[in-house]
Amino acid sequence: MLTYVVRRLVTAALILLGASFLVYLLTALSGDPLADLRASSAPNRQALMDARSSLLDLDTPAPVRYFKWLGGAAQCLVPFGNACNLGKNIAGQPITEALGFALVQTLTLVTGATVLAILIGISLGIVTALRQYSALDYGVTFMAFLFFSLPIFWVAVLLKEFGAIGFNDFLRNPQIPPGVALGIGAVLGVIAAVVVGGAAKRRLIVGGTVFAVVTLILIYFSITLWFRNPGLGPVVIAILGAGIAVGITVLVSGLKNRKALQSSLIVVAIGVIAYFAVQPLLNEATGLMIFILAVGTILIGVAVGYFMGGYDRGQSMRAAGITAFLVGALVLIDRYMQAWPSYFDNSRVRGRPIATIGAGTPNIQGDFWVLSTDTMTHLVLPTIALILVSLASYTRFTRSSMLEIMNMDYIRTARAKGLSERSVIMGHAFRNALIPIATIVAFDIGALIGGAVITETVFSVHGMGFLFIDGLLHTDPNPVMGVFVCVAITAMAFNLIADLAYSALDPRVRIKA
Amino acid sequence: MSQPTQEEEILAQQALAEAAATEASSEETSGLSQGQIVRKRFFGHTGALVGLAVLAIILVLAFTSVGAWGLPGWWKYNYLDVSPLVNDGAPTASLWPLAWGEHPFGQDRIGRDLFAMTMRGAQQSITVMVLIGAIAGAVGAIVGGLAGYFRGWVEAVLMRLTDVIIIIPVLLLAAVVGQIANRRDEGSWFASFASSNGVVILGIFLGFVSWVGLARLVRGEFLTLREREFVDAARISGASNARIIFKHILPNAVGVLIVNVTLTMSAAILLETALSYLGLGVHAPDISLGLLVAQNQEAFATRPWLFWFPGLFIILICLSINFIGDGLRDAFDPRQKKFKAKSAVETTRHSSTTPVVPNVPKEQ
Repeated sequence: MLTYVVRRLVTAALILLGASFLVYLLTALSGDPLADLRASSAPNRQALMDARSSLLDLDTPAPVRYFKWLGGAAQCLVPFGNACNLGKNIAGQPITEALGFALVQTLTLVTGATVLAILIGISLGIVTALRQYSALDYGVTFMAFLFFSLPIFWVAVLLKEFGAIGFNDFLRNPQIPPGVALGIGAVLGVIAAVVVGGAAKRRLIVGGTVFAVVTLILIYFSITLWFRNPGLGPVVIAILGAGIAVGITVLVSGLKNRKALQSSLIVVAIGVIAYFAVQPLLNEATGLMIFILAVGTILIGVAVGYFMGGYDRGQSMRAAGITAFLVGALVLIDRYMQAWPSYFDNSRVRGRPIATIGAGTPNIQGDFWVLSTDTMTHLVLPTIALILVSLASYTRFTRSSMLEIMNMDYIRTARAKGLSERSVIMGHAFRNALIPIATIVAFDIGALIGGAVITETVFSVHGMGFLFIDGLLHTDPNPVMGVFVCVAITAMAFNLIADLAYSALDPRVRIKA
Repeated sequence: MSQPTQEEEILAQQALAEAAATEASSEETSGLSQGQIVRKRFFGHTGALVGLAVLAIILVLAFTSVGAWGLPGWWKYNYLDVSPLVNDGAPTASLWPLAWGEHPFGQDRIGRDLFAMTMRGAQQSITVMVLIGAIAGAVGAIVGGLAGYFRGWVEAVLMRLTDVIIIIPVLLLAAVVGQIANRRDEGSWFASFASSNGVVILGIFLGFVSWVGLARLVRGEFLTLREREFVDAARISGASNARIIFKHILPNAVGVLIVNVTLTMSAAILLETALSYLGLGVHAPDISLGLLVAQNQEAFATRPWLFWFPGLFIILICLSINFIGDGLRDAFDPRQKKFKAKSAVETTRHSSTTPVVPNVPKEQ
């Protein structure tokens, strides 16, 4: 095991050396860094050219420059040395500094999108596998192909037009015409009817219910101008929480496990009481406080499950913990909604909340809620775009993995033992289907740092991709190398993690040292 | 990353075990040759047929309408011609009554015909795509085949080379290469060739960075096949290495190759459009679909058609190729059988380890 890891690390270091040499040479070869100055008519043209030549060390041939760069970069390996030197970019800024800034921007942009894409993709994949060759399956398959074929810059422009400008116009007078409400309700009803499956009567009932509920809610939103002044309130939180408790219990343990259901419901009750208790606390919120509260919420849920016990204590704890987390999220959403009007009327926002470019409104003033709402409104569009284009591969991969598992002998054995369909799917199939997915998720997380070059360009986020492209357009190897080294190291680390995780999850796979 | 992953090896073992099982259990295909079976399966795949038809229509439309390789086309405008604005440049094509009109896709601000521009862009994008597919397929097959068949130091060298290239994210490498391909230094023969054939150069350069994934797949396939009995039999009866590779192994590996070249091509068209969008691919005055979208995105509010049509063509091309690839995969993969979940009583082992959406990286 240890030999294997060490060998992998040594190979990785050699590969990194080779690849970085290649990238450096190619970048240096890709153009003329003085091109814009040569074309300029400034009187001090020669002085500018000399200055840039000495800054980028252009008199030294590129291969030699690479080894100079390598010498500086090697100092980064000294722990706590603070001598890290990745060179300077064309504007004279140290690369390490620029990288730090870009990394934060990129991670805020892609983390949420990736997590959501994975969650949605896996759920869709499982549902389509369970309803193979149904209308839903064909529909999702077609959508997956379509999304996979979408150029993201094209999607982004559409989102800006309809998602941001259109939605902002709608918010000016948030009234939904009855026809639109009926239409949305009908679409969601049909989707629900297709998803449930089963007999025609069951589909009709579910579809009809969804249609009626959605339409009524939309009409209610329209009458009360809810979108201008959104909020949930304790009553809605209680109702939604009860629904969540039942749903989570169905998935985790089945409704037959009464203790699990009871502990989830108790957690919801605690949540509604806590809703009133934490409001004053939330007014002084910071990011750290939210994080501590979230951890505390989960712990309370797990504790409730533990004390309720039942014949399977673990199931109760899991069900109650997940329910607690989701109810906590509802309380948080409610607090964001309370802050929405003050954000909406902020003098910098001026009633057009969904932003089309950038990572934040410049010079915005406000408390924690206004500021984080601002970040989120800027993240909405890029996140949707990224989810759309990366959803397809997760859906298809989960679907094929799940289909393969459902055909295994041990699934037939589980059914033959008389297990319920829920525990066959959740306990036997789903867990095993997750093994191959865990590897591609690890790969994708490794590639996260590389950022979404095109998305960053379209939405003017100055992240890693922007740094790279900007360096490349100026034929400036240093930023290009900085980004490349970060990307390559994380990618290789996560590849190693993926392989180790695979052999840990699937005992048939042995690591050969 | 550097060694063959455990996954790969376990898949290879499974494939060996299953090959025996599936060869016996194909009743509906008895008496047919491998080619006939593949063709039969492919033409039974509706999605692939529709994709094939759409792609054929686009190809014919793009290459005959504005002409190519110096030949004139049947459309009256050229992608550079400026003509007076008709109806402020709005598209004249309509579905009901079905009419083509003067400028079916509309005109841009200065009066160039969008239909001609889109067709020219589609030509360029398709050219780049085909070049990438062909070069990546050839290089990938050669590198992967040599590494998989000869093992030893050949494999070590070739696969380490692959590893070096594969850790550079595709879009980043392609951006660097695209920039090099666009370099126009004065005076050399390369520059004079490149100035008239910019997209060809771009396609060739991109092809030489896109082969790594294919090389790994082909190598994996060769690794499994060279251990099979028929290869041993051929070797014992005195066949040369070249004969074994071309007569015995390659025909069995060609399915994987074709399927993945197709999928590489669908990723290639997105790669080219993305690079052109970023300003690192096809440059003005030449035109590609991605460049058209990039040039016209600001005009979305006033002239949305400038934005719709090029994007629509990107999606149509990419989507139809994806469907063709899906059909080819179904046709070539003998282990993959259609089955109904409810009636899966018989002992067919359904193995769909490969996701239908390819593993080729998607540019974000």
